[in-house]
Order: sequence, then structure tokens, then C-alpha cells
Amino acid sequence: MFEIGLSHYLSVAGILFAIGIFGIFINRKNVIVIMMSIELMLLAVNINLVAFSTHLNDLVGQVFAIFVLTVAAAEAAVGLAILVVYFRNRGSIAVEDINMMKG
Amino acid sequence: MPLSEMPNLVPALPELFLAVAILALLMIGVFLKSDTADNAMRTSRQIWMLSILTLVLTALLVLTVSGERLYTFNGMFVTDQFAVFMKILILGGAGLTLLISRDYLEMNSMGRFEYGILCIFATLGMLMMVSANDLISLYVGLEMQSLSLYVLAAFRRDEQRSTEAGLKYFVLGALASGMLLYGSSLIYGFSGTTNFTVMAEMFAHGGDYAPSLGVIIGIVFILAGLAFKVSAVPFHMWTPDVYEGAPTPVTAFFAVAPKIAGLALFLRVMTGPFGDLVDQWQQIIVFVSIASMVLGAFAAINQTNIKRMMAYSSIGHVGYALIGLAVGTETGVYGVLVYLGIYMFMTVGTFACILCMRRGERMVEDISDLAGLSKSQPLLAMALTIFMFSMAGIPPLAGFFGKFYVFMAAVEAQLYGLAVIGLVTSVVGAFYYLRIIRVVYFDEAGDPFDKAVSRPIAFVVTLSAAIMVFFILYPALLLDPAAAAASALFGG
Repeated sequence: MFEIGLSHYLSVAGILFAIGIFGIFINRKNVIVIMMSIELMLLAVNINLVAFSTHLNDLVGQVFAIFVLTVAAAEAAVGLAILVVYFRNRGSIAVEDINMMKG
Repeated sequence: MPLSEMPNLVPALPELFLAVAILALLMIGVFLKSDTADNAMRTSRQIWMLSILTLVLTALLVLTVSGERLYTFNGMFVTDQFAVFMKILILGGAGLTLLISRDYLEMNSMGRFEYGILCIFATLGMLMMVSANDLISLYVGLEMQSLSLYVLAAFRRDEQRSTEAGLKYFVLGALASGMLLYGSSLIYGFSGTTNFTVMAEMFAHGGDYAPSLGVIIGIVFILAGLAFKVSAVPFHMWTPDVYEGAPTPVTAFFAVAPKIAGLALFLRVMTGPFGDLVDQWQQIIVFVSIASMVLGAFAAINQTNIKRMMAYSSIGHVGYALIGLAVGTETGVYGVLVYLGIYMFMTVGTFACILCMRRGERMVEDISDLAGLSKSQPLLAMALTIFMFSMAGIPPLAGFFGKFYVFMAAVEAQLYGLAVIGLVTSVVGAFYYLRIIRVVYFDEAGDPFDKAVSRPIAFVVTLSAAIMVFFILYPALLLDPAAAAASALFGG
């Protein structure tokens, strides 16, 4: 029978992380999608940490994952708050409209 | 160790004090009256004063706790001479930028008491970063700093450019945190620990451990995340936009405190746990350093907005500081510490001058607006000249010595290429610093700026200018602590 081991978990996490990065750079539509991509990256890291934690028989990884979850929640809150403020000023959250300053 | 055992709180005393003080200030701010505009202004002014007082008290605590190397919280937190030096720089930078921010805030109806609190919250995160001895405390400290900074960038919430700066900073900052975190998870997985001390023993030469590919990839990811936080070149794209869009006092804060904290973290992580893997990361740092210096020098030439120019200038300065890290020895670190100490005063002084660029109660930000400053406000023009000469690295001003020590370290380590490129880019950089002086003294005068310079700004400008000029007389005041800090980082 096919055994699911550490490398499978790492591959899934790696793929999710890559999807997250590409989501930020390729996505040209909506800032909400960028926020989702950021969450995806953090979740990929969590899978990594928990997989390593069980593999090494060491609890630190899971403690780290809890910290990451907490910070990710705070980060999403701050990000959405900034987004709301931006929408009030600009009336749009399309990525192509974020161009007041060059660069 | 049983869970009930109380950790030794003494090494973390300054941070604990700061955290409690922030919570107290938050309560005071909420309960003070701010029903009318006048009351809100008074509240924000009181909190502003208390924030600065808190930073001063924290700095005193840092100095009293100092001394030998101490670990606490299960080895997650460390204080030593290096941490003390960096914390004093960070607290000084944060305090001075807070000092110059009051008038801008009140004039642009940003006088809300949360400003000072957010600033010291970010400062608390920076102190945690400097003392981090574990990947977890590193991440938590870094996020504490970053989350406060995202909000600060968007603090002028009725203005489109400020909120756009906040949004851009948030998206790219979160991306960098994600990369740093992915790197941390890889390092944890392939080394089996998150503690820097254990890692340093594991990677030490003579140990039976050869770094696996996973660890090296992890280091690269962590480098990328940290390079973003200090805006070194491949990850600098946010810097000009955020500097331009954010309110000017916030830009001043961004240019000083997070840079120092980020470079402190860089030094701690690269020379501590990964110190013996120097062959693996030296190439990357050399590349990042060269790219930052070159871009900082050339991209600044065409800028018309002075805040944008300062953004590229700060990218260049990070490049020079990274020379010292690329060397990777005690002399190199010593050079970085001296550089950062001088950079802090130089940048705060320059931004204090920029905050004086007001015309009829409105801020102006173009370099051409400086024309004729030498006639309308000769003292301010003189101070700005001193800062620009110092940034360009012209002796006998302090900025020259900052560059001198990092270049010497590079030459000593036989990284001649790095030193030569550094020299060439500082000559190119001198071009745009001198251009500002030309505009100030020789261009056709435009409308003069508002004459009134408030007392805090005048104080900061005078102090920084005096330090730039008289550094050469008393260099030991900075050099001795820097030497002690550098040797503490390597002495173990």
C-alpha cells in the first residue's frame, strides 16, 4: 500500500506556497484575492511546521504553528481595515487602480 | 523544567515595562476627553508627551539591565552588549522622530492619540526582534513591528496617497513575512530546532553536521524576508512609494527605527546561528549590497520629490551597511554599528528639515521648492547643507567615518571589489546630495517657507547637526560602545 510520508506533506505545502506567491504577482483583478493568497502562503507554512513536528517528534513546531495562526488572524484584520479605508478614498479595490504613485 | 517555574524576568525588564506602559497609555487615551476638536488635540498632545517619556524611561532601563549575556524564557530571549547598543539606537531614533512629528500631525488634522501609541508599539516589536534568540520570538517580534507600521503608513486615512502606501506596504510586507516564515519552517525541519544557540552549535565547524540543502534553502528564504524589511535591492520596490505616500513624520520613522532593527536582526541571525555557514550566504549578501548601492545611487538622480529621493538614498545606505555584514567578521559588524549610529542622527536631522518645508500651512515636497532657502532661512539651509554633505560622506563630517569603517573592514577582508564599488557609488551619490545644496544656495528664490519652526524640530535639527560636525572631536562616545557591542556578538 502506498504510504503517505513527510515528503508528500512537504510537496503539498510547497505547491500551496507557490500558488500563494503566484496569486500575488499574476493576479491583476482584486486585492481581496491577494489577501487570500497571503493566507494560503501562511497555511502552507503551517502544514510544513506540523509535518516536521510529527516527523521529528518535537512539539515546538506545533507551538510555532499556533503562533502563526494567531498572527495571521491579526494580519488579516489589519489588512482588511486598510483595504476598507482605501476603498472609501478611491471607490475601487481593483489592482490596476492602485497607481497613484509610479512604481 | 516544570511549567510552573517562573522565568527570570530581569533581562526582559525594558520590554515588559514598555508593554505595560503602552497598555496604560491606551487606557489613558481612551478615558481622556476627546469629544470636541480642542479636547482631542489636548489628549493627543498629552499622549504624545507620555509616549516620549516612556521611550526615555525604557532607554534608562535598557542601560541599567545591560552587562553580560543573559538568556531567559527558555532561551528564546537574549540580552547582551549588542542588544543594548541596538536598543538604545532604536529608542533614540523612535524618540527623535516622535519629537518632530507633533506639528505635522496637528496641522493635518491627524492629531489622534493612537499615533504615539502605534509608534511605541512598533518600537516594542523592534526591541523584541533585537533580543530574539529563537525563530518563534524573531517572527513574533517582526510581526509586532510590521503590523503597527502598516497602520502607521495609512494613518492619514482621508488621503488617497497615504492609504495607498499602507495597502502596498501591507501586501508586500505580508509576502515578505510569508517567505521568512517558510524559510523558518524549513530550517526547523532540517535542523530539528528553532533555538539560535542550539543551531549555532550544530552548524559549528568541527561538528559532524554538514548543512543539508533544506537548511540552505531556508537561509535564502530568511535572507529574502529580512532584505525586504530593510529594503535591500531585489526587494526594495515598496520603498519609494511608501516613503512618498506615507505622512512625512511616519516616513522619518520608517527611515530610521525599522531599518536599524532590521539590520540588527540581520547581524544577529547571520553571525549567530549561521555564522559558520558564512560561505553559503556571503555571496548573496555581497550581491544584495552591491545592487543596493548601485540602485540607490543611480535611481535617486532623477527624482524630483524629496521624500522619494530619501527613499533611494536609504536604499543606498542599507547597501553600505550590508558591506560590513558581507565581511562577516567582528570588524565588519563594528563598521555596521558605527554606520547605523551616524545614519540615525543624519536621517532624523534631514527629515526634521523636510518637515520645515511648509508654505501657508501646507507641506511641499519638491526639491525645487527648496530654492532660495539660504536667503529666507539661512540657519535651516546651513543645517540641511551639513546633513547633505554628511550623507555624501565628505570629511570631516560624521557620515564620512561611517563609510570609512565599513570600507576599511571590506579592504581588511580583501573584498576589494566591494570597497571599490562602494567608493564609486558614493561619488555618484554625492552628485544628487550636492544638487540639493545647489538648489538651496544658487537657484532663483521661490516663495519662502513659513518662518515658524517649532521648538522640538529646532532642537532635533540643532542636535543632529551638532553631532554631525563635532563627531570628529569625540568619536569615542560612539566608537567604544560599538566596539563592545561587536565583540559581544562574537564573544559568546
